Amino acid sequence: MDTRDTFRHNVLTSGHRACSGCGEAMAARMVVDLIGPDAIYVNATGCLQVFTTHNQQSAWQAPWIHSVFANAAAVASGVEAALRARGKDTPVVVQAGDGGTFDIGLQCLSGMIERGHDVLFVCYDNEAYMNTGVQRSSSTPHAVRTTTTPPGRLSEGKHHLKKDLISIIAAHQMPYAATATVAYFPDLKAKVEKAMRIKGPRFLHVLSPCPLGWDHDAALSVTVARLAVETGLFPLIEMEYGAVTGVMRLARQRPVEEYLKLQGRFKHLFADKEGAAEIRHLQALADANIRRYGLLDARTEWDTDRAVQAQRQGRGGYAVSPKETSL
Amino acid sequence: MRQLLEGSRAVVEAVRLCRPQVIAAYPITPQTHIIEHLAQFVADGDLPAGFINAESEFGAASVVLGAVAGGARAFTATASQGLLLMTEVLYNIAGMRLPLVMVCANRAVSAPINIFSDHQDSMSVRDAGWVQLYVESNQEAVDTVIQAYRIAETCELPVMVCMDGFFLTHTFEPVEIPEQAAVDEFLPPFHFARTLNPAQPMTLGGGSEPDNYLEFRAAQHQAMEQASEVIAAIDLDFGDHFGRSYGGLAEPYRLEGADTVMVTLGSTMGAVRDAADTLRGNGMPVGAVRLRCFRPFPAQALIHCLAGAKRVVVLEKAFSAGMGGIVSTELRAALHQAGMPIPVESFIGGLGGRDLTPAVIEEIFHLAASGKDFATSRFAGLDTGAMPSIEET
Ligand SMILES: Cc1ncc(C[n+]2csc(CCOP(=O)(O)OP(=O)(O)O)c2C)c(N)n1
Ligand code: SF4
Ligand SMILES: [Mg+2]
Repeated sequence: MDTRDTFRHNVLTSGHRACSGCGEAMAARMVVDLIGPDAIYVNATGCLQVFTTHNQQSAWQAPWIHSVFANAAAVASGVEAALRARGKDTPVVVQAGDGGTFDIGLQCLSGMIERGHDVLFVCYDNEAYMNTGVQRSSSTPHAVRTTTTPPGRLSEGKHHLKKDLISIIAAHQMPYAATATVAYFPDLKAKVEKAMRIKGPRFLHVLSPCPLGWDHDAALSVTVARLAVETGLFPLIEMEYGAVTGVMRLARQRPVEEYLKLQGRFKHLFADKEGAAEIRHLQALADANIRRYGLLDARTEWDTDRAVQAQRQGRGGYAVSPKETSL
Repeated sequence: MRQLLEGSRAVVEAVRLCRPQVIAAYPITPQTHIIEHLAQFVADGDLPAGFINAESEFGAASVVLGAVAGGARAFTATASQGLLLMTEVLYNIAGMRLPLVMVCANRAVSAPINIFSDHQDSMSVRDAGWVQLYVESNQEAVDTVIQAYRIAETCELPVMVCMDGFFLTHTFEPVEIPEQAAVDEFLPPFHFARTLNPAQPMTLGGGSEPDNYLEFRAAQHQAMEQASEVIAAIDLDFGDHFGRSYGGLAEPYRLEGADTVMVTLGSTMGAVRDAADTLRGNGMPVGAVRLRCFRPFPAQALIHCLAGAKRVVVLEKAFSAGMGGIVSTELRAALHQAGMPIPVESFIGGLGGRDLTPAVIEEIFHLAASGKDFATSRFAGLDTGAMPSIEET
């Protein structure tokens, strides 16, 4: 019997170079310690790869490979095919940031899922290209300040909505796709364990706050992640073969301001009335998630359909509350 | 067994004899027949390998990268745009020192898009750290694929077997397909020392800093340089096993007393041999050298072949825009370094499938031998009247 404590594998061991409070380091440590050292890990380029393998010093105590930014899912496909050809069933796990998943890695990821490789793909979503110094990705939420979506005289930050990746993934009719965060460990644990029991392509999307890029207190990473869930901005869901099969319902909804005000990346929204409009839009997007996934019984306030359909053309969030339209 | 086979089909027979465990495939003319034949072998149970239809050549290169790291012998093939799309991964495979073999069915590069053969694709990735072997015939393609696996696995370097698209891939020629037992004897079972394995966890592809990156790169260069000897030795050993070998790094043709020597690569050599024979018959002292191994660049072997030449003319099917011929430039540097002041001129030709007939090649020989109108680089058979101008278009 394996008597190892699941939290003592130290597959990702200490001494790496993540920033203090790094949500990605936290999330990765949780995930890989749950999976254990008897697996092969394939990493995309990004913070996790950089801070764990600095200058030929490795923090990994399991077989681990990094090739380039875009190809982790294809490398994992090859590793899995090799193991299969050699009669081995060692699990294969990909780890990638949101850039390596939503953007540059999406084509390889889609191919990996479509071909049905027996691989778990874990995306540590910190909602920007952090390793290169906080540039926007297609995962960056609307109105966020990044270095390539700076607020300015003509702009309130990012003009486009966060890509609905889980729907794209689920459209591949795959056995299991789920979202999780560092704030709800039992939920994350259950999802990792469930994913590891299933054969075929599996996808885990873990929201991982980044104190550096989100510009929040390093001690608040878990708090910020919890608020992302409690506001409805990041719903915790499970999907099997394209259908939603599980949601973590909310006891009550917190207003998005509570989440936004902890993070410098949203600070500009609190400065003027254009910013206030963007906050209303973000609230409407949270409401849209709540309605879509049935996270609450109560009715939400905003015109969520128009919020998700909003054409982003520069300044000016879109959200109309019933109260405002009746004015 | 001697069989009349299409070039792609013949190559695939060689691949099968090498027992690859993972094949990654993506279609592009003129390579496509290779992966189609392999797919059929797998479908018929004649080749027990994982056959992965990748979502792009970038993905295909990444799949075989992962397969080798996962402990399997792997194969892929591509050409042209596909090879360029793989470029980032090609460097990565070489940097990680993964023993892998691929076939490049040489094709021109866009724009303008053109499916026919030249060497611009593989020449463009000459710095990636892959051994590059250019073959003249389908028989050599078959034999070189088998040699390539042994080179790759001996040196821990990736090997690209370059065969001219259409001229070889789509041409039927009689080829001798070796027996499985003989290949098994020549090529030991696959073994990769850094295979990903939980019992012996290793980190592959970690970061490096200015204080050691240079040493990694220098070690890669050293491995390539040392591969020259291995490539030559394996070609000889192949000869011992199968009775055929190809001159190792560079293959001389009629060099006795040759004043003017043409250097070329790939299937063009057939026409060069014919032209040289005709000219020799007319009493003209010409010879030729076929550059079989372009990377590592076999400076010593070429110097040895060209020691008696008065003039060298390179006939090459790729160039560096704004600079000129690639092989000729490297050859000049090698000769200069060896203190051999032989004039080297270059004819860039055969681009995008333009025919290089023995007649064209004889003309080039005559021009080069006369020493008139010497030019470091020029285009062979260029119709200046047909050149587009931006104003017109
Ligand atoms: C082809 C390529 N383009 C760009 C880069 C530069 N680059 C390295 S990491 C990175 C961003 C990584 O972002 P993400 O995937 O979200 O991971 P994070 O660092 O945020 O964890 C970029 C743009 C690269 N290494 N390769
Ligand atoms: S920049 Fe962000 S993701 Fe990267 S190590 Fe720092 S906290 Fe972690
Ligand atoms: Mg990121």
